[in-house]
Amino acid sequence: MNGPLFDIAVAVARIAVFFAFCFGLVVVMTWVERKGAAYIQDRRGPNRADIFGIRAWGLFHPLADALKFLFKEDFIPDNAHRLFYQMAPMFSLAPAILAIAVIPFGPDVTVMGRRIALQIADLNVGILYLFAVSGMTVYGVVLAGWASGSKYPLLGGLRSSAQMLSYEVSMGLSLIGIFMVFESVRMSQIVAGQGGLLFGVLPKWGVFVQPLGFILFLVAQYAEANRTPFDLPEGESELVAGYHTEYASFKFSMFMMAEYLHMVVGAAVVATLFFGGWQFPYLRDAGFLFPGGSAVAVPPALVLLLRIGAFVAKVLFFAWLYVWVRWTVPRFRYDQVMRLGWKVMLPLSLLNIFATGLILLLLKK
Amino acid sequence: METVLFILFGAIAVCGAVMVVTRKSPMASALYLILTLFAVAALFVLRQAHFLAAVQVIVYAGAVVVLFVFVIMLINVPEDRLPVERATTTRVLGVIAAGIFILESAVLARRFWMPKGPAAEVGTVETVGRALFTDYLLAFEITSVLLLAAVIGAIALAKRKT
Repeated sequence: MNGPLFDIAVAVARIAVFFAFCFGLVVVMTWVERKGAAYIQDRRGPNRADIFGIRAWGLFHPLADALKFLFKEDFIPDNAHRLFYQMAPMFSLAPAILAIAVIPFGPDVTVMGRRIALQIADLNVGILYLFAVSGMTVYGVVLAGWASGSKYPLLGGLRSSAQMLSYEVSMGLSLIGIFMVFESVRMSQIVAGQGGLLFGVLPKWGVFVQPLGFILFLVAQYAEANRTPFDLPEGESELVAGYHTEYASFKFSMFMMAEYLHMVVGAAVVATLFFGGWQFPYLRDAGFLFPGGSAVAVPPALVLLLRIGAFVAKVLFFAWLYVWVRWTVPRFRYDQVMRLGWKVMLPLSLLNIFATGLILLLLKK
Repeated sequence: METVLFILFGAIAVCGAVMVVTRKSPMASALYLILTLFAVAALFVLRQAHFLAAVQVIVYAGAVVVLFVFVIMLINVPEDRLPVERATTTRVLGVIAAGIFILESAVLARRFWMPKGPAAEVGTVETVGRALFTDYLLAFEITSVLLLAAVIGAIALAKRKT
């Protein structure tokens, strides 16, 4: 294989692998969420679904759920705007899928004499693409709320659009510090920049150079993903199920998939920007180089595996963090969400930019 | 290849724009507006203006149209209760103005048709950032003051007791 054929094969392979990874994780996360909730609440959680008597700790439940969604009646309420009602789940799922494209899953690898980036698209605008795409998520929610022709979804849609607009501002501003430190908005360069050491001991990860930025970004991301403690758009005690109250069958499962895909992508973004992406602490291209000066040589194939493994482990941890937070922190009141967004997060993220600029200026002198 | 994509996205942008002004339902108009904005962003990408394309989607599709949709939802007028528009002088004037505009753009398009060769790298993050903070610093800062004035004005209006 050579020339364009090779490029196309590589592109298709990358898309297939990353897609499979993300969707596989979505399936696993639905199980993790239910199991995690159960153990946090001192229950056993789902454990009944079995195939030929094998229960595998309830791991077959996602499969059973998917089948159930497929065979339920696909119902459209009389009051709904039919076209928009059917479009809303697609508007919800598509941005989540698109966001996968810019996340680097591993370092560049050399296959048959060619360098291949383990990233679907290394865009010049990098993280801005992510903002652009995740800004589209709100339409799915808003459209679902409006097109259902029912009161609870409408309220959920209104809440969600106000909330997402508010937190998008601090989300963008909280990352400016990262851009300033690593002098790029390209995902691959931000990850490469996190390979160094801080004071000769700490890995130069985003979280260590931008601790405030990390906290702000994480909070803003939870608000953007409509996850507890910010899940007011679907607060079941007030709005039944919020914007997707009127949805059933496969359309409902598309909303669910979108939510979990957002968690997976969100976890990957946090891992990439603030925890070094595929960087393994103290691991260089040739092997480990510890701060004391001791070095351990590692074969290149193992280095690659360790790095991809590090990325997967970080993603899994942050995906789990979503579940952990959901079943630990109670839901905010709506005015509290707005106050937090505008009166706490926004000033703090502006302060973070000024402080970062000042420190960078002093370090340069 | 580039010409094919240009014509494709240009056609989508124009058709979307026509749909925006002809649809009866405000929500449909808003959604077609998003389509148009995306097509224009794609045109920016074709001219290597990646930063402009991203900002176009973030600001217009991601924030401005969301506000439109927000207002449409809040008002939520049923389609059969929308006011009926009549053919008035403004409409006639509008058609005349549109005709002049189309003629003008045809003349402009003849003079400045797609430049040949690869586009200059003027629209990337680095070049736009450098230009904003060196050559156009004053304009950039004045714009931000203008925006600040607008924000303060909005707050003053909202706080006013009627």
